[in-house]
Amino acid sequence: MGAAQAHQSTDATTGPDSVVVRGVGKRFATKTGDVSALEGIDLTVAAGEFVSLIGPSGCGKSTLLRLIADLDSPTSGTVEVFGKPAARARRDQDYGIAFQQAGLLPWRTVAANIALPLELHGAGAAERKARVAELAELVGLTDFADRHPDQLSGGMQQRVAIARAMAERPRLLLMDEPFGALDEMTRERMQAELARLAAETGAAVVFVTHSIPEAVFLSDRIVVMSPRPGRITDVIETGFGKDAARDESLREAPSFFDRVTAVREALHGTPVPTTGREQR
Amino acid sequence: MTATLETAPAPAGPVRAKPPRTGRARTLSAWAWGAVGILLIVAIWEVYKFFGPADGVVIGGARILPRTTDLAMPHVWDMIGRLLEPVTRAEGSPPLWASIALAALTTLGIAAVGWLVGVVVGVGLALVMQRWRLVEWGLLPWIILSQTVPLIAFAPIVKSWGSRIEIGGVQWQDWMSVALIASYLAFFPIAVGALRGLQSPDRIHTELMHTYAAGYWPTLLRLRFPASVPFLLPALRLGAANAVIGAVVAEVSTGLQGGIGRLLIQFAGQASGDPAKAWGPIFGAIALGLVAAGSVAMLGLLLKDYRRGEAT
Repeated sequence: MGAAQAHQSTDATTGPDSVVVRGVGKRFATKTGDVSALEGIDLTVAAGEFVSLIGPSGCGKSTLLRLIADLDSPTSGTVEVFGKPAARARRDQDYGIAFQQAGLLPWRTVAANIALPLELHGAGAAERKARVAELAELVGLTDFADRHPDQLSGGMQQRVAIARAMAERPRLLLMDEPFGALDEMTRERMQAELARLAAETGAAVVFVTHSIPEAVFLSDRIVVMSPRPGRITDVIETGFGKDAARDESLREAPSFFDRVTAVREALHGTPVPTTGREQR
Repeated sequence: MTATLETAPAPAGPVRAKPPRTGRARTLSAWAWGAVGILLIVAIWEVYKFFGPADGVVIGGARILPRTTDLAMPHVWDMIGRLLEPVTRAEGSPPLWASIALAALTTLGIAAVGWLVGVVVGVGLALVMQRWRLVEWGLLPWIILSQTVPLIAFAPIVKSWGSRIEIGGVQWQDWMSVALIASYLAFFPIAVGALRGLQSPDRIHTELMHTYAAGYWPTLLRLRFPASVPFLLPALRLGAANAVIGAVVAEVSTGLQGGIGRLLIQFAGQASGDPAKAWGPIFGAIALGLVAAGSVAMLGLLLKDYRRGEAT
């Protein structure tokens, strides 16, 4: 966790770490006995840091995210969000969350969907309206505020979900493969948008994905996990820096391909011979 | 911007423009088909009456098709014509249709009260069953069992129990017994439908509400109730139809005056002398059911935003 420490010192001015996971394990009871989903997880996410969790299916990356979101509780170890237990942080609305499915309420318009968390936490009508307009603008859906989800494309639905996650200006965004169901082109555009939004708001992001280029493109740090039991096997700094523009030129930069290779090698456990068949 | 346009051809608009919904044409054809259906029944009725044997079709001692005499099967035009004539030959007697309409409205009022009680009880039961799984396991079998008790069996009991009830100077009325029995039939589909509806939200939505730290009531109000609408509407319609049937049957078996159930029995008794007259209240009862179910359908129009998930 040397990398995390380094971040801590540089971001000392922006407040405490967003997420601190210490010695976390998670076991699920099944008919055939206990299954260990996670074991010995230590992870620190600094304020404003973008961290991706990557690994094959069953490596527990989604489970880890659910533990941070307090949708599940760990069997052992502790999860702290902004220095508070995860359950407390959830009650305090310290994070916003988006899932692979947009999960919009079909009977609500785009604007009403974005307003849902504000409404639940008693924001006044005028304040709500202003904030919703702001968020719709942010994700480029101002003209669609009165539409219903069934009138939107998958990418647009996901943008609504992201706007909803950001409604209460959380300093932490939790995202579980939010672009997993989108086509490649929409996906790349959404990645660029998310990178912009994260940079603009200064929120820390924990991002679950199984796409290597996506993780490299977005992240400050990539946490590589392996299954049975779910463990962290490697942590890779992308080192692009906060100021690096996340745009098409980054996708074609040599340093981008280096990182993609590094993550792939970490995932496979051995150096992968370069065959020139690099994916973006 | 040109670069973005090239790399991102997917436009920021609705992907598939829906084919223009020809709402009026569809409504029109629905009505047309309904009319065709009625005309078809009328045609079958008259054709069979004309060609069928007077004593009906009897196979192996069992009559499988009715007699075609004017007594058993009056002409359709006779039945309609009879509606326009006075109820009795007595001076100042109102036309038959008016007296049937009045009776149908009386029954509709009683059924509506029964339906409302059924909605309150049904939704209430669904709420406790949704909240506590244990209650669902314990209660649901009894709710289903309750519907196996024949209505006729306990209608007189309800009436006689009711006649002993007096709350704060308000005497229990006979129509209240009928409404109670109507509600007994109405609550069942509503309870079952509402329970399914309240349990219908996806896990992603319940988890989302959980991450918002929304408790039971906000979740109920903003998620479970809206999500239950597509399940609730058919249940309410079924409940309305049940309430009408319950009210009519209860009127007959408790002998309540003034409703359509009473007219059915009364006019059926006069059928030997005036066969077309007996059909009047039957048409009245059908219209009554249509009005009841149609009113709930109107409710569905108001709630159309909550039915977006439904395949139309």
